Amino acid sequence: MTDQGDATLRRRFITPEGVDLGLTLATAGERAAAFMVDAAIIVGGLIAATIALLIVGAWFGGQTGQLAIILWLIGFFIARNGYFILFEMGARGATPGKRRAGLRVVARNGGRLTGDAVIARNLMREIEVYLPLSFLTYQTSQGLADAATALFGLGWSGIFLFFPLMNRDRLRVGDLLAGTWVVHAPRTELDLDLIGREARSRAGPAYHFTDAQLDAYGVYELQTLEDVIRRGEWATMQTVAETIRTKIGWDGPAGDVEFLHAYYAALRLKLERGLLFGRRRVDKFDKK
Amino acid sequence: MIGAAPPTAAQGDPAATARRFREAHEADWRRLDAVLGRAERGSLRSLDTDELMALPVLYRQALSSLSVARETSLDRALVDYLESLCARAYFFLYGVRTPARTRLAQFFRHDWPAAVRALWPETLAALLLTIAGAIAAFVLVSHDASWFFSIIPQDLANGRDPTASAAQLRETLYGNGDKDGLSIFATFLFTHNAQVAIFAFALGFAFALPSALLIVFNGCMLGAFFALFVPHGLGVGLGGWLAIHGTTEILAILLAGAAGMRIGRAVAFPGASSRLRAAADAGRASATVMAGVVIMLMVAGILEGIGRQRIDADGLRYAVGGGALILWLLYFYSPRGGRNDD
Repeated sequence: MTDQGDATLRRRFITPEGVDLGLTLATAGERAAAFMVDAAIIVGGLIAATIALLIVGAWFGGQTGQLAIILWLIGFFIARNGYFILFEMGARGATPGKRRAGLRVVARNGGRLTGDAVIARNLMREIEVYLPLSFLTYQTSQGLADAATALFGLGWSGIFLFFPLMNRDRLRVGDLLAGTWVVHAPRTELDLDLIGREARSRAGPAYHFTDAQLDAYGVYELQTLEDVIRRGEWATMQTVAETIRTKIGWDGPAGDVEFLHAYYAALRLKLERGLLFGRRRVDKFDKK
Repeated sequence: MIGAAPPTAAQGDPAATARRFREAHEADWRRLDAVLGRAERGSLRSLDTDELMALPVLYRQALSSLSVARETSLDRALVDYLESLCARAYFFLYGVRTPARTRLAQFFRHDWPAAVRALWPETLAALLLTIAGAIAAFVLVSHDASWFFSIIPQDLANGRDPTASAAQLRETLYGNGDKDGLSIFATFLFTHNAQVAIFAFALGFAFALPSALLIVFNGCMLGAFFALFVPHGLGVGLGGWLAIHGTTEILAILLAGAAGMRIGRAVAFPGASSRLRAAADAGRASATVMAGVVIMLMVAGILEGIGRQRIDADGLRYAVGGGALILWLLYFYSPRGGRNDD
């Protein structure tokens, strides 16, 4: 719910039915975190497979040992190039790391994500990830004479690594060439309505608000209040209740939680009634 | 209002309206949620016919609920839930996945050759660059043998350098049939070459220059080896030794370089479409070629592992290599009827 905060990352996404799904792009940090998880899985898997094949090879030797080496070579190749491609071609359009972060790969034009796009975006990892890595490790191990070259190479390849930070849509070079982007597609649970029947029964003393007291806020404040109530942190609720009481000049019954619930319900009913008449009061500065 | 008996929807109480809206649709949303959850776990087969038929209907209901909720409800939890539910359903329904078998057949029957054909200008350029590199290196090494060392890396030369005698060179070409670990060597060559090809492709993004350089260098290595073997009368032998897998491998490298150059060209000169659009089109088309290149390099690895070390006769070597080349060219470039809808 809080991921809607950054309006600069929200993009229109119109379905063929004409409804805007309003996708939110993943931030560079989330994607880096997802990549770290995937990289850990790949490296961990390779280490485990290497140990297993080493044991098999040493135990049997001969033909079986050769087979183990062949399997290792092919396994390494598939892990390096195939891991991302195979997972992103699946129904979820995401690797385990992305899935954990609630992300998925989507075609920018709203069409379906095709196999060639997935291949294109992942083959480009070669210059985004492995090239900087190889400059870091291999080149510098060649001795000091190459240090300047390595630094230059690292800087050059760093451009590709930090490419997502340099454009509005957080595109990697691979995304650019595949016509894809990475968006939030988390699985959310349906919460109870705060003014549902269960919520109503908890209100103790009766709270009555005048129209003037309800005119103090708009939709933005209402939904901030909704977040506060749903999160249910005691200290925050106290502060917010106090702020509202001061603002509207409240002198009725106290009780922070009950007060907030009651005020939320009353404000929402008023604003929703406004919606029915075509008035959406955006925030407290809106003079409609 | 509050404190008295709760008013009903008929009396125009928005709270009751919101509650009734939710009550009327919540079961459908939850059903869509559950069906999607199972489908996304990859068990499409676990859905029965009823659920499959219901999916599009449930999706459209959820979309219309979303539109209604956005206009009438200020319950953000509800709108957020419906948004994410609709997005998941959209990606599932519109990301229709044809079965892997159909997609593979489509790739071999149409997509791959079509993508290669579309790449012909770059392929031709890559071929010319290779030939130019080969001729240049041949001339250089013929005039001054020390050039050989600056062109061929030490570990690749493996004793085949200007100081070697004709007999030693001949030995590297023939009679390695009983060598051990051939299949390991072939696998290593395949993964190594495929990685280099992918790298050459990816580098094309930098305005095609690195890909072109790699292609020229590849040609230089060919030329240098020929300059080494030809004076000893082993030119034909080297040709056969290379041809058996080389026709497939060199063609694959040409295509990888061409795919890289296509990307670089699209980024540098997008033409009529926008730069982003041109890059995306070029990227997707050349990715198809690259998937094919990996397959070709696998074939080359098999030919090398089995063929090169077992077949010793020059004629047979040329026949296998030439045959492979003709098959590839026919497969890629022969005109074909039927689907031409790209």
